[in-house]
Amino acid sequence: MVSIQEKLNLLIFRVDENTHISIDKSKCAVCRERPCLFFCPAGLFTLSGEEVLHSYEGCLECGTCYLACEQKAVSWQYPRGGYGVLYRQS
Amino acid sequence: MRRKEHFDAVVVGAGPAGSTAALVMARAGLRVALLERGEYPGAKNVSGAVLYGTSFLERLLPGFRLSAPVERYITRRSIGFMSESALFSLDYKSSSADVPPNYGFTVLRPQFDRWLAQRAVEAGALLVPKTVVDGLIREKGAVKGVRSRREKGELYADVVVAADGVNSFLAREAGLRGEFSLQEMTLGIKEVIALDRQLLEERFQINGNEGVAYEFLGSVTGNVCGGGFLYTNRESLSIGIIFQLSSLLRERARPYELLDGLKNHPSILPLIRGGSVKEYSAHMIPEGGWKMFPKLYAPGLLVAGDAAGMVLAAGCYLQGINYAMVAGEAAARTVIAAAKDRDFSALSLARYETFLREQKLIQDFQRFQKAPEFFLNQRIQNVYPAMICRLAEQVFHAAGGPKEKIRDLAAAGMREAGVSWFQLLKDLIEGGRSIGW
Repeated sequence: MVSIQEKLNLLIFRVDENTHISIDKSKCAVCRERPCLFFCPAGLFTLSGEEVLHSYEGCLECGTCYLACEQKAVSWQYPRGGYGVLYRQS
Repeated sequence: MRRKEHFDAVVVGAGPAGSTAALVMARAGLRVALLERGEYPGAKNVSGAVLYGTSFLERLLPGFRLSAPVERYITRRSIGFMSESALFSLDYKSSSADVPPNYGFTVLRPQFDRWLAQRAVEAGALLVPKTVVDGLIREKGAVKGVRSRREKGELYADVVVAADGVNSFLAREAGLRGEFSLQEMTLGIKEVIALDRQLLEERFQINGNEGVAYEFLGSVTGNVCGGGFLYTNRESLSIGIIFQLSSLLRERARPYELLDGLKNHPSILPLIRGGSVKEYSAHMIPEGGWKMFPKLYAPGLLVAGDAAGMVLAAGCYLQGINYAMVAGEAAARTVIAAAKDRDFSALSLARYETFLREQKLIQDFQRFQKAPEFFLNQRIQNVYPAMICRLAEQVFHAAGGPKEKIRDLAAAGMREAGVSWFQLLKDLIEGGRSIGW
């Protein structure tokens, strides 16, 4: 079994200094299910104590998070042009 | 008033729909800008991928085989029903399938999309990569251009073709579609695994440029509704899983863990052994079919490809790239005709539907409109495949002792799975209605 981080390490990312994903933590605080901890194919949503944390650097740009978050807590837009994941053979 | 940056058409997204649209319009002499948010066309694109549009491509670009980055022509197709330990396959192989017009061929999207966009550039389209479009410019109810996320990034055009992919923020902004339902959207993830060419051909019993498309149903997704696939490329394999979003949420499953499960399945492991993973990717797929089609046009705007939900997921048919290209061409013809009349109203752009019907695209989606709902169902994707494997195991596992007739074995399997004869009959009829008759 390879970890998700090892899978992401195979990819090239042009990382912007600004995030393209933001979450409304007040909504996360009241969310019981927190499906984001599971559904993200890059595993970008993690738990620190009781707080949901997220990162954007390894985003695969599928859009699952903004669609599947029942609290509508995730704001997601495309990264700036030329930034983000750079697929070469998918 | 003459604007500095005015085009006959702005195409958003250099995927199969956008690049085809740009190519056809540029050939007709229109001034076309083709905007792409990736560093190059294909940088953001992911598919399985088998492309089933050889006769269309041949018409669009005669002799395309000589220069297109075709990986392998599909000469063998299999559907596998999986339990955790077994695999029951239906296998079809034809030696005539590598003779044009072929059944289809595998592609790597970053390479194929780049190649197709280059054809549009050769025809005279202006490709502008690294450019995200954030919104539409609208005047008096008509779309007049786009706002890109660049300094002075406004681009004006008579028509905007939104080929901006599954998430199509433009179609939503224009009010052509509502919110997606999680039942009709799937998440696909995959890995590309490099494998020695000779080893690959021996393992999959193929020669030369022949290829295999293998699709799986059953335990591959645990209890999540979905399926798996394994496609051969020239010197690599594409292996992945597709998950219905609503069911992924319900089961609280981690997509990449299920993919590792598929890779470690006793029937799959020997096929990928010795390969090295080259790339991991994820993409959303609009699988709702006809029922999720948005309105396809508005004054000054046309929607094509994934942006319009043009993916046919009907069991034995899993196609989208071909429809995207067909729609791109139809959009282009629409703009060309509209430009001749200098009329970009909704009435004028309604020709788009006529052209789509001419190419039988709309008919295909209407004909299979019941299929997505039928196939995105746990009994079809999980319960029956396991039952089929169980039945096969009982028949083949001949350790001696008394034998039972198939009906009795099946009845026992159905009891275990909690499926009644009535339910089975109902599913057979519904399945038949969705793709059979």
